[in-house]
Amino acid sequence: MAIDSVISWGTAEVVASEEVAEGVRRVVLAPDRPVPARPGSHVDIRLAARDGEPGPASLTRSYSVVASEDGGRRLTLTVQLADPGRGGSRRVHALRVGDRLPVTAPLQNFPLGVGAARYVLLAGGIGLTATIAMARTLRARGADYRLVLAGRRREVLPYLDELAAEHGDRFTLHTEAEGGRLDVAALVSEVADGAHPGRTELYMCGPIAMMDAVRRAWADAALPPTNLRFETFGNSGSWEPQEFRVRVPRLGTTVQVTPGSTVLESLEAAGVAVMADCRKGECGLCVARVLDLEGRLDHRDVFLDDDQKAAGDRLCLCVSRVAVPDRAATRPTDTRTTDPAPCGVLTLELP
Amino acid sequence: MDTPPRSVTAKVFDFPRNAWYAAAWDHEVSARTPLARTIAGVPMAMWRSTDGAVSVLADACWHRLAPLSMGTIHGDELQCPYHGLRYNPAGRCTSMPAQRTVNPSAAVPSFPVVERHRYVWVWPGDPDLADPDLVPDMHQMEHPDWAGDGLTIAAGCNYQLVLDNLMDLTHEEFVHSSSIGQDELSESEFEVTRDGDRRVTVSRWMRDIDPPPFWLKNMRDKFPGFSGKVDRWQIIHYEAPGTICIDVGVAKAGTGAPEGDRSQGVNGYVMNTITPESARTSHYFWAFMRNYRLDSQLITTQLREGVHGVFAEDEEMLVAQQRAIDANPDHAFYSLNIDAGGMWVRRILDEMLALEGRGNDADAAVTALRPAANG
Repeated sequence: MAIDSVISWGTAEVVASEEVAEGVRRVVLAPDRPVPARPGSHVDIRLAARDGEPGPASLTRSYSVVASEDGGRRLTLTVQLADPGRGGSRRVHALRVGDRLPVTAPLQNFPLGVGAARYVLLAGGIGLTATIAMARTLRARGADYRLVLAGRRREVLPYLDELAAEHGDRFTLHTEAEGGRLDVAALVSEVADGAHPGRTELYMCGPIAMMDAVRRAWADAALPPTNLRFETFGNSGSWEPQEFRVRVPRLGTTVQVTPGSTVLESLEAAGVAVMADCRKGECGLCVARVLDLEGRLDHRDVFLDDDQKAAGDRLCLCVSRVAVPDRAATRPTDTRTTDPAPCGVLTLELP
Repeated sequence: MDTPPRSVTAKVFDFPRNAWYAAAWDHEVSARTPLARTIAGVPMAMWRSTDGAVSVLADACWHRLAPLSMGTIHGDELQCPYHGLRYNPAGRCTSMPAQRTVNPSAAVPSFPVVERHRYVWVWPGDPDLADPDLVPDMHQMEHPDWAGDGLTIAAGCNYQLVLDNLMDLTHEEFVHSSSIGQDELSESEFEVTRDGDRRVTVSRWMRDIDPPPFWLKNMRDKFPGFSGKVDRWQIIHYEAPGTICIDVGVAKAGTGAPEGDRSQGVNGYVMNTITPESARTSHYFWAFMRNYRLDSQLITTQLREGVHGVFAEDEEMLVAQQRAIDANPDHAFYSLNIDAGGMWVRRILDEMLALEGRGNDADAAVTALRPAANG
């Protein structure tokens, strides 16, 4: 919790890198200052551009720690090549044994709790990485738990044999070919109708559509919202990040928000004083009022409830964006590309 | 071993965190009002849910760290006294003021807890290591063959000073001369054995001696009008980190007690479990259990009050000792032969600290300050 959320940068050496599924690499880091990583934690790593590589000179990305061994001396990450991604996964896949790179001490946004009667871990695709260490810990604790993994094809999912061996019947795999697609409603009903429904925690990590479906089913089943656990750094919104414009008429300010930046960061860069704290869409301090909008709000916070989001009259500046749905995703590599679709425009009143 | 073991004569001994500690008597934790208690340096708030289960949370609200123990219990949940945030038994925040959602990050640490042997045990360290099988054996506390009761001493000293005290009972001759002390304590031989990773036993037999006042009274409770010599025993069972159960008693001299026949005697168990609160304060939970006249509440209360008086003499000494330690920062501890039991305890605790990557290095500085003066 608090103590794990202080960012402390160090350096790590890549000591292993191998393909563990189609387009998925396992990368093992040996940090110079080892700190054990608790289940659910992640590290931020800074990825430099190689000679001639397009994009920013340095990209910072968060990846879950799949395994922390020997007091944190070996941290295993597992990264799927995203295409089109923002370049981070490509750079991770290019890492080679012996490379050194800046890495944070383990950070915790997704802590595994103590004291629930049952645990369900639900992973979609590569979201599996956030739940592997949790499952191992729950098994060691002798807890009542299940690990449910949903993915398109077996070939793109890492560690399947190891998970089956380690967790036996507690592990369930759903692909289109095996086990059929995940039935979210059935999974949530099983919690609601099972033992200790009020004291069962469900931890999930995966595509936003899957998580939205679980959230709806969880609310429909009247299960306690606090027992539904997810991390927010992976909230990818409903649309790919686009460039858009933000106007604050009262201050006479207009800023451009690039796909790699946020409204909050862009306003701050322009010298506007904006109140904010968590910077991940949770605390609600940066909520601003929408005066006018061209495009659609892409809410990425967990502060506003569904009704407030649907009303469209406010947003969390730290994470939420504007999208023009049928506009192609912008290519940050070349901003001069002529783009026929209009850019979103957000007109705000700031507190 | 490649390197000799570290010195373990630290005067202010650090405490392991990966261990079960008695945090409260079972009756102290209620569903009406939260209980505040600091265990191994960690302030905690404890309460009972509607199903009777005990929950233990860090005693600081996620929001602005107000002590939750000052709050109120609502059903299964604890409400912060300051802004009304509510927490479930797992430490998850379930409601926040003036907003429709609950920040999913909002939680306070929840500690593993086991209720056993009339105590509530908590594990302040890494929850993934909290194995309930490691709760110390104090079964006499709730076994039908035993009866008795106890109290808690808020001891103003480092916990290791209490452990040292209980692992060497020769002090009874000097500290408890009016009740259980007698010369034979320091005249008799004793035997020390370490058993595995977490246990030490110290045994002492005194044969054919006059019973001191406390034991004469107990003998007469079982054998009205008894007089004469007794064989007396003290078998001290330590279990890490802070539990010491002492098998004590006397039997008519020469009736075979040392060989295993205690039928002509009285047997008690002094149940002690010491929980560090801070570096210089401890929760000292104790009880005196006996295996005769089980139905006599009179004897239960007499024994509890009698031992309470005896332990007050220890407390006075321990607090004075801690004061002298703090007043003499440059002076080290030296050991005597009688400290063998306590020194094995220190070795075991030091091994537990080393496993946590910690040690008693603060005291190494004191050792370094002590040059040729004793050389």
